[in-house]
Amino acid sequence: MNKPIRRLSIFALALFGVLLLNVSYIQAFAAEDLREHPFNRRQFAESLNTHRGSIRVGSQEVAYSEPVGGDSDQYQRVYENGQLYAPVVGAFRAGSATGIEAAENSFLDGSHESLAVNNFRDMLTGEEPKGADVTLTINADAQQAAMEGLEALGKNGAAVALDPATGAVLASYSNPSYDPNSVASVTETDQAAENWTDLEAAEQQPLLNRGLNQRYPPGSTFKIVTAAAALENGASPDSTIDAPETLDLGAPLPNAWGGPCNNGAPDSLAHSIEISCNTSMANWAIQLGGQAMQEQAEAFGFNQGDMEIPLPVTESLSPLETDPNILGRSGIGQANIEATPLQMAMVAAGVANDGDVMKPYLVESVRNSNLEEVDSAQPEVYSTAISPGTAADLTEMMIGVTAGDEASGPTAQIPGIDVAGKTGTAETASGPTHNWFISFAPADDPQVAVAVVVEHGGGSGGTLAAPIAREIMEAVINE
Amino acid sequence: MTLFAIALTLYAMIEAGLTRNNEMPPSLFLYGGLFGGLAILAHFFIRFFAPWSDPLLLPLATLLNGLGIAMLWRLGEATGDTSRASAMDQLILTAASMVVFAGIIYFLKEPRTLQRYPYIMAVGAVFLLLLPLTPLGSEINGARQWVNFGFTSLQPSEFAKIALVVFLSGYMVTKRDVLALASRQIKIGPVKVLDLPRMRDTAPMAVMWGFCIIVLVILMNDLGTSLMLFGTFLAMIYVATQRGSWIVIGLTAFFGACAAIYPFVPHFRVRMVTWLDAFRPDVFCTDEALANPESFCVTSGNSQQLVQGLFALAEGGMTGTGLGGGQPGYVPEVQNDFIFTAFGEELGLAGIMVMLMALALLVERGMRIALASKELFIKMFASGISFLIAFQTFVVIGGVTRVIPMTGATIPFVAKGGSALLSSWIMVALLMRMSNNARKPAPQAIQDEGATQVIQR
Repeated sequence: MNKPIRRLSIFALALFGVLLLNVSYIQAFAAEDLREHPFNRRQFAESLNTHRGSIRVGSQEVAYSEPVGGDSDQYQRVYENGQLYAPVVGAFRAGSATGIEAAENSFLDGSHESLAVNNFRDMLTGEEPKGADVTLTINADAQQAAMEGLEALGKNGAAVALDPATGAVLASYSNPSYDPNSVASVTETDQAAENWTDLEAAEQQPLLNRGLNQRYPPGSTFKIVTAAAALENGASPDSTIDAPETLDLGAPLPNAWGGPCNNGAPDSLAHSIEISCNTSMANWAIQLGGQAMQEQAEAFGFNQGDMEIPLPVTESLSPLETDPNILGRSGIGQANIEATPLQMAMVAAGVANDGDVMKPYLVESVRNSNLEEVDSAQPEVYSTAISPGTAADLTEMMIGVTAGDEASGPTAQIPGIDVAGKTGTAETASGPTHNWFISFAPADDPQVAVAVVVEHGGGSGGTLAAPIAREIMEAVINE
Repeated sequence: MTLFAIALTLYAMIEAGLTRNNEMPPSLFLYGGLFGGLAILAHFFIRFFAPWSDPLLLPLATLLNGLGIAMLWRLGEATGDTSRASAMDQLILTAASMVVFAGIIYFLKEPRTLQRYPYIMAVGAVFLLLLPLTPLGSEINGARQWVNFGFTSLQPSEFAKIALVVFLSGYMVTKRDVLALASRQIKIGPVKVLDLPRMRDTAPMAVMWGFCIIVLVILMNDLGTSLMLFGTFLAMIYVATQRGSWIVIGLTAFFGACAAIYPFVPHFRVRMVTWLDAFRPDVFCTDEALANPESFCVTSGNSQQLVQGLFALAEGGMTGTGLGGGQPGYVPEVQNDFIFTAFGEELGLAGIMVMLMALALLVERGMRIALASKELFIKMFASGISFLIAFQTFVVIGGVTRVIPMTGATIPFVAKGGSALLSSWIMVALLMRMSNNARKPAPQAIQDEGATQVIQR
């Protein structure tokens, strides 16, 4: 009976062969996928044991890790001024992370390839490995001004400030915010998880970064884009167009004050911007056509897909309109136009920077644990939206918005400095209007460009949003 | 070889101790002395009482047993979590097992004497298998397969399977001609498809089948033992008869029965779903856990153990995290059948291959003993036991690595548990005794000596 025994032993070997093949498959080929499987929480548990780098604003550490102590190998993430920076920094929790904590995770936890040499050196010298420090472009005063302004109103909203020359994000605040410390505890994990669940469920959506990820109808601030399109297509600030009391666009489109813009006569482009005339700007949009309007919007960054700065930024929308009625309304930032506050800040920054829109960025530099710089921001041109001449014309027109005889946004004025701005009061499908203000200053040497939106403020952009924008601009200029 | 196995065990403990606690394990000398001493004693015992036995069997068994102790030590003592496992218990059980091992080598000079009592063995096996159904039995993790003696609990099925192999060997040696030759041929046209045994000869198969299905699966929820016993039965009947038809009939009947009882045995159904859809969220988590996005389902859900085991293996990758460097605690019940994933995580593919190779070598040496033996009973017995080891390994590791549904049994020698360890050592003792007898040179005839002297100048 040796033959069947031989066959049986071959079968037994085959069983082992199957096991070997399967284990090889799991550990060699499928391992990567399994490690990254959403059910796999091993990475997160491990991440609590790594000494993450700090996140800095200027010289201040706004997020840092400190040892839990005792028997634990874990580190507790601590947030200074947590609520102020939460919309940017995010929160690092057992299980996941948001904001910069997530976007720059590979630097912070030290796993980024450019840190390999440093990690190896630490291993040799026996030093405890530590992730890299990330320094943000945020200006602490500007951020503070944004928070105070929006909090004082008590409305949901957002403010974004850019350095027009580089694209550095100087402020990005979203109201309401939250305290990341309340969700980051590694010792009281149940409470932390519960707090997070509450935040996720909260009606005011404190976890939503309204500055980067919420689209609003931009309202009259979009008239800057319309005016830019007109100037680029041969018009001058003095070019006029009909500006009646109402325009019949399917439903009548009135002006904000219920009268014609230039006593019934055709109104100039410059004056229309200064007083924020609806009917003339709608006429400009219709005259320019959907194609030209869309091209100009896209040059400023609309319809360009999602962006990473490195926080994810939601795309702003400016669809191609063929129906003149809808095209007219989109010329004043209504209809199907939707923009994030960052997008409108980019419009202001583009005008401020002689027509070049710089790509926004939030991370100034990354330094390893030996304080050597491993990464630093390289400002780059995002797009050339308009010619320098157009930019100069628009700047003049926008100064009129804050300083003109019939200025619609005088509350943005800063003594001794020319401020270029544009108000916006956007009709919404539900509830009171959204109130906008976009601006930059000083007009002759722009250091900061701002967009502020107050959700359902119910007032005008000039009264609600402009003062906040002014505070932010002052914070940057007076530094 | 044995020394090498001991050294490897101690090295494993040292590494685990250094990685976990940054110190040499304080109990190293105790463990090293006890385990090493036992293994060396066993070695000399073999030298003396079974000098011709296969020299590879003891080192392989020592290595696997030692790795098991080291891993249990790492899981238990090194983390201070003694609820999970105690290596000391395992060490004491090892000692007890080795005593039994020595006893078998010493007292059972001729394993063929077992052939005399096939029916006693059969009754014994059935008795052992059914013991957990009596009031003595207790249920752990949904399977009723333990017997509680107060001070310790045993899994009688571990011993029943050995008794069953003895019975089958004895029975089939006497009945093999009938089982092999009497047949009806089934032909399609001129082509012979199968030799079907006569109806009445299928009785043992039917009994075995009925027993495995009804008692084990339905009454006791012990899928692993059922699968193992039936597989071994099929292997042995094939060895006895050389007829593929038995295997075809057996497999058809077994899987047919599985399909038939599938809707009625919830335990069985759960295992199948867990196997096929391990990564489905509702299998991985419980419903309450799913409703709460913040819960990580680390301990709930049916496929939790399987999936966490796979994650552990993936974490280990090719070379592993190093002993003590992994997080085997993620896998529920890691000290039992899932100890394999702990090895996979900390020793990596390389370490697992060594372990599988050691087991495969053990099996193949056993098969070699079957080939080398002259008596039919011993051939049946040795190949039966070898296949049992192989199949048990396959069922357990295959279950853990999602080749087949998880059944819940233990890897020979490695996992925590007294019954499994003891039965593994019993199997090795039997194999060694048989190999000693098979390889022992035949006693030289006196006449030949005389003849030699005549030729001598």
